[in-house]
Amino acid sequence: MKDDMGDTITLKIDGREVTARPGMTVLEAAREAGIEIPALCHHRKTRPYGACRICSVEAEKNGKTKIVASCGYPAEPGLVVRTRSPRIDRIRRAIIELVAPQANTDGDLGGDLKKLADEYGADIHRFEARLQAKSHRCTLCGLCVRYCDEVVGAHAIGFVGRGIDRRVVFFPEKASKVCANCLGCFKICPTGKIGAESDGTYFGFTVDDFLAGRL
Amino acid sequence: MAGVAALVSKVVGNYRNDKNMLIQILLDLQGGLGWLPQEALAEVSRQLRVPVTRVYQVASYYKAFSFAPKGRHSVTVCLGTACQVRGAPRLLDRTQDMLKLAPGETSPDMRFSLSTVNCLGCCALGPVMVVDGKYHSNPSTSELQHIVESAQ
Amino acid sequence: MPTRLSSPEQLESLRKDILSRRDSKRPIITVCAGTGCQTYGAGDVYQDIVQEVKKQGLETKLEVKATGCHGFCEKGVVVVILPEEICYVKVTAADVPELVGAAAKKILVERLLYVDPTTGQRIAREPDIPFYRNQTRIVFGHNKRIDPKNIEDYIALGGYAALGKALSQMSPEQVLAEVKKADLRGRGGGGFPAGKKWEETRNAPGDIKYVIVNCDEGDPGAYMDRSLTEGNPHAVLEGLLIGAYAIGAREGFIYVRQEYPLACENLNVAIKQAQEYGFLGDNILGSGFGFTVKVHRGAGAFVSGESSALMSAIEGKVGEPRMKYVHTAVSGIKDRPSNLNNVETWATVPLIIDKGADWFRSIGTAGSKGTKIFSLVGKVNNTGLVEIPMGMTLREIIYGIGGGIIKGKRFKGVQTGGPSGGILPEQCLDAPVDFDELAKLGSMMGSGGMVVMDEETCMVDVARYFVNFLCEESCGKCIPCREGLRVLRQILTDICEGRGKPEDIGVIREIAEVMADASLCALGTTAANPVLTTLRYFGNEYEAHIKDKRCPARSCKSLTSYYIDPQKCSACLICRRNCPTGAVNGDKGIVHWIDQEKCSKCGVCFEVCPDRFSAVVRISGEPVPPPPAPGTKVVRKHEG
Repeated sequence: MKDDMGDTITLKIDGREVTARPGMTVLEAAREAGIEIPALCHHRKTRPYGACRICSVEAEKNGKTKIVASCGYPAEPGLVVRTRSPRIDRIRRAIIELVAPQANTDGDLGGDLKKLADEYGADIHRFEARLQAKSHRCTLCGLCVRYCDEVVGAHAIGFVGRGIDRRVVFFPEKASKVCANCLGCFKICPTGKIGAESDGTYFGFTVDDFLAGRL
Repeated sequence: MAGVAALVSKVVGNYRNDKNMLIQILLDLQGGLGWLPQEALAEVSRQLRVPVTRVYQVASYYKAFSFAPKGRHSVTVCLGTACQVRGAPRLLDRTQDMLKLAPGETSPDMRFSLSTVNCLGCCALGPVMVVDGKYHSNPSTSELQHIVESAQ
Repeated sequence: MPTRLSSPEQLESLRKDILSRRDSKRPIITVCAGTGCQTYGAGDVYQDIVQEVKKQGLETKLEVKATGCHGFCEKGVVVVILPEEICYVKVTAADVPELVGAAAKKILVERLLYVDPTTGQRIAREPDIPFYRNQTRIVFGHNKRIDPKNIEDYIALGGYAALGKALSQMSPEQVLAEVKKADLRGRGGGGFPAGKKWEETRNAPGDIKYVIVNCDEGDPGAYMDRSLTEGNPHAVLEGLLIGAYAIGAREGFIYVRQEYPLACENLNVAIKQAQEYGFLGDNILGSGFGFTVKVHRGAGAFVSGESSALMSAIEGKVGEPRMKYVHTAVSGIKDRPSNLNNVETWATVPLIIDKGADWFRSIGTAGSKGTKIFSLVGKVNNTGLVEIPMGMTLREIIYGIGGGIIKGKRFKGVQTGGPSGGILPEQCLDAPVDFDELAKLGSMMGSGGMVVMDEETCMVDVARYFVNFLCEESCGKCIPCREGLRVLRQILTDICEGRGKPEDIGVIREIAEVMADASLCALGTTAANPVLTTLRYFGNEYEAHIKDKRCPARSCKSLTSYYIDPQKCSACLICRRNCPTGAVNGDKGIVHWIDQEKCSKCGVCFEVCPDRFSAVVRISGEPVPPPPAPGTKVVRKHEG
């Protein structure tokens, strides 16, 4: 049901009435209205991906509430959204705790990850001892891959593998030709891995490393 | 090598250079070559005009594809739920001990490749082991020995 | 050379013509040639029968047909003589000459008949065998009459008449209304109303729409779709055509997992023949409706069976799920409206159009209409594919059709719903099997895998098995699923290997909740179900593993030791010969004992020790008695 003002959609976010244009997601509508919803794998220039799930919110419709990723959920008339709640906070805290063993640099998180850990009271060392895993310094948010694919169009970095063996790797044959003049993914990387392990001409994690079992 | 490029060209042509058929093309190449050499993947990217990142993403995602040549004899143990409940893990243990391989590995002399699969659909025979397409129901230790010794 | 049929009337004429060419009194020897029976040697049996018929000069008297799966997989190779439906079980090549001779003379080969274990009686006709008698085989029953590589078998049974009826007597809206009225719920696991999905696809904006068959059947232990597709591919095609007509789609895809080469082969043959006879292509049966279909093979990824992942794979991209807040019915393959349904769902459609929604609704329960095919496997006597009306109880299925637990052991649980489902205990045996009832108990119908477990199955290990499976199959895109499964797998492995701690249960529940709430797709949101149901119904097993370091089922290797009871051992040397690590000591007449240092816990000794001795025992949670003094002689029993 559209409201009287033609094409705008009216929904409630954290008790406030927010208007959105058709095609907007809840995250976009919230940000435009100045309501902050955290997100790790979102970039305004790339298509919504839904990998980090940090942007999860409670969405209530017809009396029923479900948890949705606001970066992909379309703004709907009459939707009631809660961006914070005990349930949402538990989810965000758990996501940081779960990804910390893979994303930390020498045991610490930085940047946005650290901010989230602090705000939601995450114990980033919680699963370390149990997993005995080596950190790859990567959350697999895919920002680098998607930026390179969708914004730059260079296809020099990509995903390989599946599940817990999923990795991001450079493809040197392409990367050595285009990366030095771009470095777009370096600024985007939330853990700083790319800048720490490559410089645009040398690539610390390549598809050959993956195939040789070094990653 | 001219051989690989020609084979890729034939397979890609069979699917009329349709990018949507990338997975089917790789399946045919894996079937024909027994593995996917890097050269073949580069050719697929070139001839099909899809980024090499996507070719590797697909090839490394699926269990059917192999980046290294396989052994002459394939040994597969089913770990489907029904076989699991009928003792498949113990069969796998015995097979691993005998072949000295973990699932996914190929023996250095290229005789055997060991793998696992989830449900072959002959649950009445469980636990099942397949050697070169021949099915064995709960093979005994001596049967396993015979299989290993007779495979060249 | 077949001519393209140009009307339903021509199809009916052809059907009558086929029937008239066939002598209904001439016996047909049908050999089950599904993948299951193939492993028992059905290929050889079939060839031998063909040769023997020639050898005995009986080509005009007997017909031989290789069919799809009959469902009685425990008794393969199954051979059924039509029209009487005489059922021979466990047929081998050696039985062929006698079988052929008897078929020609219309007499029975008694020793090949099924024996009812409770009465000791031999049963000649398939419909009288309890395994079959208690089923309702409306979808699967045709398999024994059809050579999947011969479209005329399907036509002879009335195949494609429903399509003819839909195209010539019903509008697309009427077909849609009938399927909606029938209340057909998806058979792939979700149980979503098919008619509703069809309607959403039909109403979505856009001229180009797609219909898709999901034959990616990934649940380990489920093989119904494979047997349907191998044995009766035309039923699937006909259902797909009717659906395409109702929805307004002119192009379809059948996604078949790579592990099913015979299904692919039979589908491709069926598609070619359907084209030749005019059921595919332009102007089908003179209706003006045109449709083409392609087969896409999977490449080994369980998660690619998820609908959005499957559609991605059909586009040649990696088969990983995406957010589905906008349904694939509206935006699917190439962002176009796409309707995906499971094999069994599609195969049921022609029956609904042929016999009507009211007939379909007369079978089943209020919330779940019709029948469901299950793969009844595990520790059950009659392993196979069974089709039952919704509402039949678990007890009726497992005991009435399945014949109870093998080797007379105790039932412990039945697993349904694959890795997204749960294990229901003995107290749930009288639960009716339908979508909602199973969900109420914490499990789900799933795609149809029904794995029976007994007292020797460790429930903690089963939970660990499913979590491990999903951890390996997760696409890895989203954090809750990828990392949640990694941690859950570690915790469950720790518990099974004796490193469990009391706080582990709380951590499991916490991670399960986050995964259920925040994962991207149903693999992640349902991944914790096996753990949660086993905690609910078998919590005592978790406690034993954690507190007492004991595995009640005596299955977990790290917590179980094998020991030979010197009082029972008769020094027969069998276990010693079979031990792969040389851990068994002793000799003829000298009591055997196991060197615990060398023992790899493979369990072979336990399996091979003759039942009359049962000298090998498994010990868990208690210390293992020391071995007997060297050279201890066997204690011979006084009984014979």
